[in-house]
Amino acid sequence: MEKHHTDVIIVGAGPVGLFAVFELGLYDMKAHLVDILDKPGGQCAELYPEKPIYDIPAIPVCTGAELVARLMEQIKPFHPTFHLGQMAEKLEKTPEGKWQLTTDAGTVLEAPVVVIAAGGGSFMPKKPPLKNIEAFEGQSVFYAVRKRENFRGKNIVVAGGGDSALDWALNLQPLAGRITLLHRRDDFRAAPDSVGKMREMVAEKKMDLVIAQLLDVKGDGGQLSSLVVKPEGAEAYDVACDTLLAFYGLTMKLGPVANFGLNLHENLIPVNTADFESSEARIFAIGDINAYPGKLKLILSGFHEAALMAKKAFAYVYPDRKYRFQYTTSSSDLQNKLGLEKAA
Amino acid sequence: MKIIVTDMDGKSHELPAEEDWSVMEIIRDHGIPILAQCGGSCACATCHVYVDAAWQDKLPEANEEEIGMLDGAFDVQKNSRLACQIVFNSSLDGLTLTLAPGSV
Ligand SMILES: Cc1cc2nc3c(=O)[nH]c(=O)nc-3n(C[C@H](O)[C@H](O)[C@H](O)COP(=O)(O)OP(=O)(O)OC[C@H]3O[C@@H](n4cnc5c(N)ncnc54)[C@H](O)[C@@H]3O)c2cc1C
Ligand code: FES
Repeated sequence: MEKHHTDVIIVGAGPVGLFAVFELGLYDMKAHLVDILDKPGGQCAELYPEKPIYDIPAIPVCTGAELVARLMEQIKPFHPTFHLGQMAEKLEKTPEGKWQLTTDAGTVLEAPVVVIAAGGGSFMPKKPPLKNIEAFEGQSVFYAVRKRENFRGKNIVVAGGGDSALDWALNLQPLAGRITLLHRRDDFRAAPDSVGKMREMVAEKKMDLVIAQLLDVKGDGGQLSSLVVKPEGAEAYDVACDTLLAFYGLTMKLGPVANFGLNLHENLIPVNTADFESSEARIFAIGDINAYPGKLKLILSGFHEAALMAKKAFAYVYPDRKYRFQYTTSSSDLQNKLGLEKAA
Repeated sequence: MKIIVTDMDGKSHELPAEEDWSVMEIIRDHGIPILAQCGGSCACATCHVYVDAAWQDKLPEANEEEIGMLDGAFDVQKNSRLACQIVFNSSLDGLTLTLAPGSV
């Protein structure tokens, strides 16, 4: 078990969670961030890295990925610690009145303040809407590869047409018994290099390619025996296999935050607009996850919320210190923290 | 002007429609449940609908981005579209469609 003590735990490393590191850092509060994605940036990084954003103040245009890169640069002086690829699962109060957060990877974080910046919820794999699929999940149907070795010798169908599907089909090919790639059309939205390699393997009969849609899963006691697939304009048929790896992209679901013991309204966390604290003292909610009269789910709203949150968080983290309002332009104290030369 | 939407329970709704709004927005604004998680940015495929056969050819064709995004949908048919990518105009008065699995 890995345990860390810090000033503030931030759940969600989307744009708002990232900017919170900056606002907290200016007032000497160190932060640890947890995100289920394997990269920072939340929706900007996962859903629209290449799309332009036009309404970030003073940046006429930047892409989702550029915004994340800029935020990462801006918060660098504060050395945040990231726990990526981990789900924040459990939040408990310690006997000393601090918060203890445990992730699904067993990381334990302890801090006086928690900031929920969970956006539209945690990113989770999209599951095919088949009524009996749950019975197979975790045993013979998977949405991610945790341990490559578990797939040795298996007769695997990899479903999907993007980079994850292609990458895993290629990656597992050498150790699988048989790999079949299943996609609804003979066109792949993946790196041209992987598509080329896949085509080569199919030509050499080292991999099968099935152009059809998944209709059903068959098997017993959680063990898959075949998939029912249907090519366009043709009859459905069975493809024998013992493992399905499905990559249909990600979707956002509230997830474990629902069990943190906070008041929720339509899966959002109501906050007061003076400091964005939730129904529970020392737990704040900022960005897309919170709700208050007049809320707009915009990145700039989240940035504003982060600044006000930090002011109140300071009172919790440093009960004996006085909060001094300062400008980064003129405060040599803040500039020191940013690692800049002393202002002239 | 109107569109006719069949929801996931098989119930049909006649919704007043305004020009220049996407079909997803028209559905959502009338309180018919539709996930439309990305808010209409062609980034989630949770606004998947089946367009009635009679209307299929009257719609502008889906672009590559929409077709690509449909890879993340299930049970995709010839008449599958993303409702956020159909912009309503007077030539679509009476457009009839059905919500697809995964859109609620
Ligand atoms: C296509 C598209 C275009 C957009 N364009 C604009 C625009 O032009 N301007 C604008 O202002 N906004 C835009 N938005 C909205 C903007 O992206 C969101 O407002 C913003 O991402 C919210 O940031 P956030 O940090 O609150 O949450 P998110 O970006 O949603 O990040 C939340 C993070 O928290 C993680 N998380 C949640 N729960 C857990 C948990 N229990 N454990 C671990 N991790 C968890 C999630 O995995 C996620 O990475 C757009 C959105 C989309 C989809
Ligand atoms: S609303 Fe997300 S693709 Fe249409």
